[in-house]
Amino acid sequence: MPLAALTGGSMARPQAGLDAEFWSTQGQNFILGAVAIVAFIAVVALVMFGADLVKGKWRDKVQLVVLITPVLALLAIGLIYPAFDTVWLSFNEVVKEPDPVTGINTETISFVGLQNYIFAFTDPTVLRTILNTIAWIVLVPLISTGVGLAYAVFIDRAKGEKALKSLVFMPMAISFVGASVIWGSIMYDYNQTGTQTGMLNAVLEFLGFDAINFLAAEPWNTLFLIFVLAWIQTGFAMVIISAAIKGVPVDMNEAASLDGVNAWQRFWQITVPSIRSTLVVVLTTITIASLKVYDIVRTLTQGRNNTDIVANKMYVLSFVEQRQPLGAALAVILFIFVIPIVVYNVRSLRKVKETR
Amino acid sequence: MATPAPAIPDETKLTPKRKSKAAEAKENLTSKWATAAAIIIAALWTIPTVGLFFTSLVPGEYYRTDAWWTVMFEGNLTFENFGIVMFDSFGDSTSAQPLLGNLLNSIVVTVPTVVFPLVIGLMAAYAFAWIPFKGSDWIFVGIFALQVVPLQLALIPLLRILGPEGIGIAGTFPGVWFAHTIFAMPLAVFLLHNFISQIPSDIFEAARVDGASHTQIFFRIVIPLAVPALASLAIFQFLWVWNDLLVSAVFGSIDTYPLTYPISNLAGDYGATAYLTPPAAFISMIIPLIVFFSLQRYFVRGLLAGSTKG
Repeated sequence: MPLAALTGGSMARPQAGLDAEFWSTQGQNFILGAVAIVAFIAVVALVMFGADLVKGKWRDKVQLVVLITPVLALLAIGLIYPAFDTVWLSFNEVVKEPDPVTGINTETISFVGLQNYIFAFTDPTVLRTILNTIAWIVLVPLISTGVGLAYAVFIDRAKGEKALKSLVFMPMAISFVGASVIWGSIMYDYNQTGTQTGMLNAVLEFLGFDAINFLAAEPWNTLFLIFVLAWIQTGFAMVIISAAIKGVPVDMNEAASLDGVNAWQRFWQITVPSIRSTLVVVLTTITIASLKVYDIVRTLTQGRNNTDIVANKMYVLSFVEQRQPLGAALAVILFIFVIPIVVYNVRSLRKVKETR
Repeated sequence: MATPAPAIPDETKLTPKRKSKAAEAKENLTSKWATAAAIIIAALWTIPTVGLFFTSLVPGEYYRTDAWWTVMFEGNLTFENFGIVMFDSFGDSTSAQPLLGNLLNSIVVTVPTVVFPLVIGLMAAYAFAWIPFKGSDWIFVGIFALQVVPLQLALIPLLRILGPEGIGIAGTFPGVWFAHTIFAMPLAVFLLHNFISQIPSDIFEAARVDGASHTQIFFRIVIPLAVPALASLAIFQFLWVWNDLLVSAVFGSIDTYPLTYPISNLAGDYGATAYLTPPAAFISMIIPLIVFFSLQRYFVRGLLAGSTKG
């Protein structure tokens, strides 16, 4: 919500905050941060040196425990237990009942089996978010890997390759929120009347087409949101693929070139097969990323006009609408999407470990 | 015990330099069409950000009616918006906090959450790479698999653990640090493990023969040799935390919200303060862009180490 109406050019806005209280709060925050870092390092160092005072055959064991316990404890508390709890919660519902004596609402959890999942797959709005999510995890990796690959090949060994890479790589440094503002306010902006201030619509009108309300025009709006994430991920794909291309032996390309194989054929018959494993890694990494990102939808449309995705719906259900069991079910559905990737990754990691 | 310096695995070899042969092998694919396509891609990946910068300079009274290039030709661009956003009020629905507060929050959230996972991750990475123990492989594979698990799966229960019914640090900086540190662990362990396991085993064996304990090896060998990997991970973690919205939205509060939070809220608002969204977004990008461009080398090295082996 806007805080104050801005009338004409006059800057009638509320003056808030840079008072003494603001600075004392911020100062305290910085001190808290500094103290936390120093205390953390001191505790770690003390425990490590303490473990070094142990003598004899126990020394190695104690030190091993000291080294791995923090990670294992953090993961157990913060990821593994919560993951199981979420799965359990997704089979339950929260029942609110007023206490017969005090009249205060109490929340109890009761088992409802697959009800949340059945709801997710039958309710049209939730089902739509699942279908949209599938579009995201298919299209984002394809677009960003495709463009990244093309660009990496085009600029390979070109003059100023490094600078050219930086241009496409740069969005990796920008937050999803920042990228959403860039595309929402600068590129996709649409004015119902008057001149178009959005760059894409200005170009469209310049070329004689009608302006498009990019974020409202169903079903294409999902595609425009997808492009924002692809825009960010392309740099990642490009950098990794570029490194792989440089690992392809030059001789192979030369020999093929002497044999009269043209560039297009060499690309498909030599370059792509040589970097196949890299392409798989890039595609899976981006697939996982596109499953989890909720920032873009939240920032640009809040899920309006049938653009919602599971990651955003999960957030809204769990933390805005307080329907945690259904939110948990959506989180589990997200997890189910990545299970094949987990299995594939674990198998290839074990292969690498075996060959060592 | 001497610290052996020269044995650092040289990851720059991942991108071998090419000589004149390369010039011959070039050609063809760098045809006119390829060049044209490359230029279009480069433009499409750059112009939006440049457009954001110029839109940030458009005064409020022109924002809805004139595009930035029109305002520019009329000579009406101004840097005033940055000052308004930073020091006066920003149209966040939940507060009138100036963006400066969120900028400082971003720093307070980010710096500790870069340090914690680096230290804890390095300790575990050394153990998994060089201390043989029962189940080591399985645990490492498990941690690796956790990298892929969506954060969403952990949010609701972890919020309960950290919230008022649990230890009561949700909504404070320690709560946000704790959540960020946990979520950083799988990547930190995996990336650092990849690096440390490449250090030649002679170094560790020699140290063990000399009677060095794991603690001594950790401080005298692992930390000095892991500096490049730590740098890569630090940049990763910095960019990830600085740019994060989900963790800060769930585990933070009005006292801790970083830059992304109010900007995300304002972006959907087409009211009178809409013109403040572009300058706010631009401010949020300045520090990551500086970090990114000055330390790009380490960042790329981390990306390659994290995703091409494994």
